Amino acid sequence: MNHSPTLLARRAAHVLALTALTASMAAAQTPGKLKIGLMLPYTGTFAALGTAIENGFRQHVIELGGKIAGREVEYFKVDDESDPSKATDNVNKLIKRDQVDVLIGSVHSGVAMAMAKVAKETGTLLIVPNAGADAVTGAMCANNIFRSSFSNWQPGYAMGEVMAKRGIKKVVTITWKYAAGDESVRGFKESFEKGGGTVIKELNLPFPGVEFQGLLTEIAAAKPDAVFTFFAGGGAVKFVKDYAAAGLKKSIPLYGSGFLTDGTLEAQGDAAEGLFTALHYADSLDTKRDNAFRLTYAKTYKLQPDVYAVQGYDAAQMLAIGLNATKGDATKSAEISAALGKTTIDSPRGPFTLSRAHNPVQDFYLRQVGSKENKKVGIASAKLEDPARGCKI
Amino acid sequence: MDVTTFLIQCLNSLQYGLLLFLVASGLTLIFGIMGVINLAHGSFYMVGAYLAFSLAPVVGATIGGGFFATLLVGVVLAVLFGYFLEWAFFSFLYEREHLQQVLMTYGLILVFEELRSLLVGDDVHGVQPPDILNGSIALGEMMTYPVYRLFMSGVCLALALGMYFVFTRTRLGMMIRAGSTNREMVQSLGIDIKFLYRVVFAAGVAIAVLAGMVAAPVSSVYPGMGSTVLIICFVVVVIGGIGSIRGALFASLLIGFVDTFGKVLLPSAAGVLVYVLMALILLWKPDGLFKAG
Repeated sequence: MNHSPTLLARRAAHVLALTALTASMAAAQTPGKLKIGLMLPYTGTFAALGTAIENGFRQHVIELGGKIAGREVEYFKVDDESDPSKATDNVNKLIKRDQVDVLIGSVHSGVAMAMAKVAKETGTLLIVPNAGADAVTGAMCANNIFRSSFSNWQPGYAMGEVMAKRGIKKVVTITWKYAAGDESVRGFKESFEKGGGTVIKELNLPFPGVEFQGLLTEIAAAKPDAVFTFFAGGGAVKFVKDYAAAGLKKSIPLYGSGFLTDGTLEAQGDAAEGLFTALHYADSLDTKRDNAFRLTYAKTYKLQPDVYAVQGYDAAQMLAIGLNATKGDATKSAEISAALGKTTIDSPRGPFTLSRAHNPVQDFYLRQVGSKENKKVGIASAKLEDPARGCKI
Repeated sequence: MDVTTFLIQCLNSLQYGLLLFLVASGLTLIFGIMGVINLAHGSFYMVGAYLAFSLAPVVGATIGGGFFATLLVGVVLAVLFGYFLEWAFFSFLYEREHLQQVLMTYGLILVFEELRSLLVGDDVHGVQPPDILNGSIALGEMMTYPVYRLFMSGVCLALALGMYFVFTRTRLGMMIRAGSTNREMVQSLGIDIKFLYRVVFAAGVAIAVLAGMVAAPVSSVYPGMGSTVLIICFVVVVIGGIGSIRGALFASLLIGFVDTFGKVLLPSAAGVLVYVLMALILLWKPDGLFKAG
């Protein structure tokens, strides 16, 4: 649904420009340039996220003087439209046609899975700057596949710990029936039941349905101590508002994965006030590192940074650390993996390391919504590591 | 499920069904009666929701009106918009094949989505319901029911009755029904069928826009919201019987009940239940429940 005529024209222009470029490059080879393929959503529901990731990434490259490990950076962009069915073609465009050294992408889990498959086959270096599909750093894990964001399991698990510690016993979960929702609830259930709680009912509805009324009635009838939820974007806005309108917010506290209230607070209004969520970033961390990052970002792009910008920024940091270890050679994935494995990445979110499957081992913040901000109120789970189930490295 | 929960679920079903009717009734006019496959119907719904969001401050500043003034202005704009669209695009489609209608209306979806992205951006927005409808009433011991949802149901019922009255009791309705059966014959009787169709189309667009505006405070406003309602609208029209307003109302309520109770009782199959229902009904009655005739 996201093809636009202007986009097609732009693409055609790209193709022409690129053919011209390859022709001129054949004449005068410049092997020094580091080709980075950005495969992100630039149209559709996730367009804003794609832009934030690219902005963050570019911000760090600018800080490095436009060069990574001594090689000048050149960008190749593909709009993945968050469409998994086009993902394999799009990745191949970057790898075969543009012959990129590094792939950065994407937001949608289905697209990222397709990218990981191709990266695994071709050995191209891949850094995933958002998509949380557990398998990317689980069954699909490889020396050349990294993630700068989170796994779906992580925020769920962190929230389960918090809720069990608060003495909550009976919980109903509600989410969309798709990978991110299922994985998030699974993470939650694992830690919550370990802490002595019980999930008395798991409610779900088909993605991306937003007719919650019947399920809210079920929640009221089940009378749990609290509700855990995973929703994002437009669905998150509607769920939070419906939950409050149904009068449940007063009697049954709502907890969620951080995406419930990220980028949605303006639209949720008062209905979101006071909600607790867990995520690896918050609006008011107030560390020196984060303040500097936010100031530069705001100055450069005239926008406020968000968790996606941070993830893009850190993808660039990880790339620079990895390539510095191999003097700019992106094909030596074993050495890159070893170098990143023993480095602490100094992220605006707080320092993090990488697990053996290359997923961030990071603090998850407990955040509460107050005056249209996700304010940090504590640590939900410190140095939380994804179990990387099914990973064999 | 105890009796209270069951009754509340029935209320939920009824309310969802009525909302479906509100969205789908415009499609009944355009697809059911005029015979144009209009994939852009969801876009009209989206336009409505975005109008509710972006028109409210403008209307507030110029004529000082609230929610209802915004609705009125939005509907007037929608009629003009529909009238223009029919003149510029759809009037060329009546004699064409369905494939060409699909292509053009699909193209319109892309245009509307891109325009939306350029003009308003890709963020999610919320719309405040008017203050007098902002309360809620207690329901059972834990739940409350927002008054605004009852208001929506009221709008749907009023619209259903209004449409039914116009179609079965007025001269205009008679001409429209005759036109849908035989265009040439109606024209040869001296009725300006082109103008008539333009009016019907504009009404269809206006109803979809109204649906979007009324639903905005509840559904919030976000990119791609049109495509999510489009499919269910076609299901309503097909189950109800093409061109039948009574059928559309009946089908909406049926889907409301099947969807709500399906999610609760058969959660693993909730995604397909509505389509299974459609398949069964079409096997039983290939023309839908109430074929207009």
